[in-house]
Amino acid sequence: MSESGSDLDATEHTALMDGHIAEARPDRELAERIARKRKTKSDNQRSYGSVEQIEGGPSGASIAQQPRVPAAPVEPQIEELELKYGARHVIKLFVPVTLCMLVVVATISSINFYSVKDVYLAYTPFHEESPYASTKVWNALANSMILLCVIALMTVLLIVLYKKKCYKTIHGWLILSSLILLFLFSYLYIEEALIAYNIPMDYITLGFVLWNFGVMGMIVIHWKGPLRLQQAYLIFIAALMALVFIKYLPEWTTWAVLAVISIWDLVAVLTPKGPLRILVETAQERNEPIFPALIYSSTVMYCMAAASPAPGAAGTVEGEGRDGTEAGGGEAGFDAAWRERRDEGAAPRRLRVDSAPPRYVTRLDPPHAPPHAPDLDEEKGVKLGLGDFIFYSVLVGKASSYGDWNTTLACFVAILIGLCLTLLLLAILKKALPALPISITFGLIFYFATRSVVKPFADALAAEQVFI
Amino acid sequence: MTLAEFFSCSLLAFGAPIVMFAMTVATDPVRIIIMIAAAFGWLLSFLLSSLVWYAVVPLRSYLIFGMIFAIIFQELFRYGMYLLLRKTEAGLKEISENHEIGSNKLEMAYVSGLGFGTMSGAFALVNVLADSIGPGTLGLSGGTEYFFVTSSAMTLCMILLNTFWSIIFFSGFDEKNYLKILWVIISHFFVSFLSLLNSRELYAASILPSYIVLMITSYIAFRCAGGSSKTFIQSFSARS
Repeated sequence: MSESGSDLDATEHTALMDGHIAEARPDRELAERIARKRKTKSDNQRSYGSVEQIEGGPSGASIAQQPRVPAAPVEPQIEELELKYGARHVIKLFVPVTLCMLVVVATISSINFYSVKDVYLAYTPFHEESPYASTKVWNALANSMILLCVIALMTVLLIVLYKKKCYKTIHGWLILSSLILLFLFSYLYIEEALIAYNIPMDYITLGFVLWNFGVMGMIVIHWKGPLRLQQAYLIFIAALMALVFIKYLPEWTTWAVLAVISIWDLVAVLTPKGPLRILVETAQERNEPIFPALIYSSTVMYCMAAASPAPGAAGTVEGEGRDGTEAGGGEAGFDAAWRERRDEGAAPRRLRVDSAPPRYVTRLDPPHAPPHAPDLDEEKGVKLGLGDFIFYSVLVGKASSYGDWNTTLACFVAILIGLCLTLLLLAILKKALPALPISITFGLIFYFATRSVVKPFADALAAEQVFI
Repeated sequence: MTLAEFFSCSLLAFGAPIVMFAMTVATDPVRIIIMIAAAFGWLLSFLLSSLVWYAVVPLRSYLIFGMIFAIIFQELFRYGMYLLLRKTEAGLKEISENHEIGSNKLEMAYVSGLGFGTMSGAFALVNVLADSIGPGTLGLSGGTEYFFVTSSAMTLCMILLNTFWSIIFFSGFDEKNYLKILWVIISHFFVSFLSLLNSRELYAASILPSYIVLMITSYIAFRCAGGSSKTFIQSFSARS
C-alpha cells in the first residue's frame, strides 16, 4: 500500500504491517554518491544508517548492483544526511520501549491480577511448588527448555511453510492470532482493570468499546492507518503479551526463559544455519515482502504490497520500487512467525490458559528509507521486532513486581543502555542483529545485583536520610 | 492527603530536573543518550560501592564507611565519563544533527552531570515516594513529621549539585585547574557528611549549609561555563 499520488506528502498513512521497509536509496545517483562518500570516510565516522546494507544484500536490488563509481567531490549535504539518522533513531526506539515498559510496570503495580499465580501455561508443567532451591532450579530449566523447543519447532514450521509458499496459511494464522490478542486479551485486561479500580460497567458499553478497539486495531495493524495509531497499538499488544508472560510463568522459570531466549536469539540470527537467518536469506532471494509483520517501525513504510504474495502485485504498487527488499521482508516474516506461535491453542480452557509463547522477533534492522525519496530530508526509519519489546517489558515488569523501585529503575536503565550498544553495533556491522542478548544480559545482571546488594544499601541510606 | 504529599515531594525533588531535561536535553537525541549513559555510569559506581559495603559485614551499620567509598567511586566514575566524552567527541559530532554540539565544551558536562544527578536522586527518593502514597501518618510513633519533605529537599540539592559538580569537574580537567577538582571533591564530602546529621533530625544544620554550598557551587559552575553578570542579564532578555 504505497501512497499514490503525491508521495512527497505521504507522511500520515502507513502501508503498515506489510513489514517490508524498502531499501534505503532507490535513487541511483544518490546511492553512488553515498558509496563514494563511504569510501572516503574514515572508520570512526561511520554512520548509523546502512547504505552499505544495500550493496551487501544478496538481493537483486538494482542499487545493490551499482558499480562503485570512483570518488567524486564529496557533497557535504549528503554526508550530513547520511549521518543524521544516527542518534535520532536510537531515540525513536527508546521512546516506544520506554512506553511499553511503563504500561507494563503501571499495570503490575496497580492491578493485582497479574502478580497472582493461579493457573499456568500448558508449556510449563513444572510449577516450582517445592521449597527446595535445587528443585526449583531444575524445574525452571526444564520449563524453559520445553518452551524453547516449542519455539524452535514453530520457527521450523514457519520456514517450511514459507519455503513452500503457503502464504495464505501464514496470513490466516497471523490474522487469527492478532484477532485473539486484540479482542480476548484486551477484554481480560479491561475486566481486571475495572475490578481493580472497582468501576462498574455494563456489558453493552464494554462490548461497544471492545468492538471498536479491536476492529480499529486489526485495521491499523494489518492494513492502513495513521502511523502513531499503529505504533500505539503495537506497544499495547506487546505490553499485553508481556503481562501474560509475567502472570503465567512461574517465578524462576521467567528468568530462565529470558536467559535461554537470549541465547537462542543469538544462535538463530547469527549462525549460518540459524532458522531466522535462513528465513531472511530466503526472503532476500525471493525479493519480496512477506507477511504483515509485527515489527515496530519508527517511520512510514511506503512499499507495502497487498497481502497477496504475488510478486507482480508486490512489485507494482509503488513506482519507485522496492529494489532490494530483503532484510525488511525477512524480518517481517519473523515477526509473523512470532505471532503465530502465540496463537497456538489460544482459546482459554477452564483450568489452563493455553496461549502460545510468542516468538521473539529479535531483529534490529538497519534503518531504511522509503523507496521514494526525492526529498533528501526524508525520514529513515528503524525497526525493532515486537518480541524484543515483549521480553524487555517482561524483565522490567517482573523486576517491578517485587515492589522495589530501585531494581525496576536499574533494569530499565540497563536495558536502554543495552539497546544503545546494540544499535551502535548495528551501525558498525551493518547487518541484522539480534536485539535481545545484550540488553537482557545487562538487565539480568543488574536485576540480581541490585536486588541482592544495592537494595539493602540504598534502603539503609534512605532510612537514615544519608545522601551520598 | 498522602497523595498530595506524594505529588508535592516528587515535584519538589524532581520538578527542576524535569524542566531542565525537557528544555535542554529532550530536544537533542545525542544529549538524551549521553544522559542515559551518565545515569548508567552512576549506577555502576553505586553498584561497586554497594558491593564494598555489603562485603565488609561488620561495618554495615556504620553508613559512613559505605558513604566514603560511594563518594570515591562516584568521583572516579565522573572522571570516567570525562574521559569517555572527550574521547568520543568526534564521533558524537558525526551522529548528531546539531552541529554545534561540540561548540560549548561544557555542554556534555552539563548533560552528564544531569544524568548522574537524576539517577542519584531517583535512587535516593523513589522508594520513599512510593511509601508516601500508602496509608500512613508520619511521626505518630516518634520520628519527625518532616521526613518526606526534608528528604525531597536534600534530593533536589544533590541533583543540582551533581550537575554543577560535573561542569566544574570537566572544566577543571580541561584547564588542568586542580583547585576546581578539589572543590568538587571537598564539597561532595562536606555535603554528605552533613547529611549524617539528618538521622538526629538536625535539619537546619544539614539542609541550610548544603544549600549554601549549592549556591556557591552554582556560581562557580556558572563562571566555569563562561558566564558573567552581563550574560546573566542577557539570558533574561528575548532569545535571539
